[in-house]
Amino acid sequence: MACMSITRDEVAHLARLSRLALSDAELEHLAGQLDQIISAVARVQEVAAEGIPPMTHAVPVVNVFRDDTEVLCLTPEQALSGAPAEEQGRFRVPRILTED
Amino acid sequence: MATELTQLSAAEIAAAVASGATSAVEVTQAHLDRIIAVDEDVHAFLYVAGLGALAAAEDVDRKRAAGEPLGPLAGVPLALKDVLTTKDMPTTCGSKILEGWQPPYDATITERLRQAGVVILGKTNMDEFAMGSSTENSAFGTSHNPWDLSRVPGGSSGGSSAAVAAYEAPLGIGTDTGGSIRQPAAVCGIVGMKPTYGGSSRYGLVAFASSLDTPGPLTRTVLDAALLHEAISGHDWRDSTSVDAPVPPVVAAARQADVSGLRIGVVAEFSGEGYQAGVLARFNESVELLESLGAKVVEVSCPHFTYALPAYYLVAPSECSSNLARFDAMRYGLRIGDDGVASADEVMSVTREAGFGAEVKRRIMLGTYALSSGYYDAYYGKAQQVRTLICRDFDAAFEQVDVLISPTTPTTAFPIGERADDPLAMYLADLCTIPSNLAGNAAISVPCGLAPEDGLPVGLQVMAPALADDRTYLVAAALEAALEQRWGGPLLAQAKGLAR
Repeated sequence: MACMSITRDEVAHLARLSRLALSDAELEHLAGQLDQIISAVARVQEVAAEGIPPMTHAVPVVNVFRDDTEVLCLTPEQALSGAPAEEQGRFRVPRILTED
Repeated sequence: MATELTQLSAAEIAAAVASGATSAVEVTQAHLDRIIAVDEDVHAFLYVAGLGALAAAEDVDRKRAAGEPLGPLAGVPLALKDVLTTKDMPTTCGSKILEGWQPPYDATITERLRQAGVVILGKTNMDEFAMGSSTENSAFGTSHNPWDLSRVPGGSSGGSSAAVAAYEAPLGIGTDTGGSIRQPAAVCGIVGMKPTYGGSSRYGLVAFASSLDTPGPLTRTVLDAALLHEAISGHDWRDSTSVDAPVPPVVAAARQADVSGLRIGVVAEFSGEGYQAGVLARFNESVELLESLGAKVVEVSCPHFTYALPAYYLVAPSECSSNLARFDAMRYGLRIGDDGVASADEVMSVTREAGFGAEVKRRIMLGTYALSSGYYDAYYGKAQQVRTLICRDFDAAFEQVDVLISPTTPTTAFPIGERADDPLAMYLADLCTIPSNLAGNAAISVPCGLAPEDGLPVGLQVMAPALADDRTYLVAAALEAALEQRWGGPLLAQAKGLAR
């Protein structure tokens, strides 16, 4: 696949997917930088890799289970200790649904 | 006495504390005094836990007085990278999004250090979420190289490496995802070890790229690195990728320090254009020295290593874009824009925009791109195949030789600001260190001299197969002994700045 240059619209879309409210100036600056970086990393496409299995992890471990014994976990107070906002022993979050 | 205590190695301090020649409290106070004296210039620490450190030291002294057994590092002070959780100190990862966050639990590494009687002095500066090679990406200011304060101390574990090089602590913990222990060790003239992936626990290590992140030691001597390596290693049921195998005999290897008959391969691809002349000169001298010590040196080609850097900058950002999704302004960390009207989605986007720095945003965006449908096969998929090929290069090389060596970094410490807004130039700092992360094997950096053109330290990297970490110590310790004999003392004794 040929590497194509990344457009400002694409960068804005990526920012949206990444939940980053980037400023216009940042979008502009990042579009140029991402284009450069993507062109550089696209070098991996030169490698003849047909039939080579992908590697996700250095250690081939599967189905790792711990012993089925009780261990202490965080108390509700500990779990909430870093909460930006809490209410009645729960995390309080901004509204999730839009009002239609 | 106070100055002398900070000059001692960890092994010497532990012996002095065990014998009663000094106390852990005295040692700790001496290092806290050193921090007060020099850290305004070095800026290695983000948080100093003076009272907590003295209390931990008192505990060691009390145990000794009671005749209880002490571990091999009991009473030795340590600088902990601010990416490992601590229940009695903030953990920021060098990011505004976690400013002031106090974790409710200790990382396994933290817990093991406490159990070993190691005295944690505080938390050290780092590139934000361990993304960078200079600490310039920290939200809380850049650390300075103790050899030359106008230069970077490397990164991302630059705070820990600067602290150790400036004698603020004999021990430091860093984490290495693409070279973040070895590169700062090299440019600060100290020892840095990336254990085999899964050899040291990731539980409580704030994740950047989970398939690569590995905690490990930063020290002034090879033996100290081995002692710290042993203290933090071993299986951890709380990390599902932890290796359930015996810890390699690293301390024995560091004491043995013998390369006679060992087969050493010089990586052919890590030389030539882009490498500073003085770095190559010191490296080549060390190769000759290893030969004179009885090692059999050959050149080995690992053709896919030249693709390690681009593959890494697809794999690591992809994993980062997923891992950093947890910073969502809901359960901990920064939340801004919550005015009762804005939606959770809006609060998330505004918080992440304000809380993350430029490099973190760049990598999240790059990873999101590489993982997007339509691009996945061409980028992330291809990078994963290259990762397999790099592993095969290592496997083929380790059939011919016992270890591979290369310069740790292509250049010495660069000036602060020089690469700050040139991401591709910055990424080159990890050119030689990345293959071992992608393959998950063991690699150490050991000082091998000063580049004549700038008088700054050069590091030599030794790579060994997974779970053969001890081999890297054999070579590093033998080279350290031979070089120190040549120099008439440790490399740091030649420093003109605060690194002495």
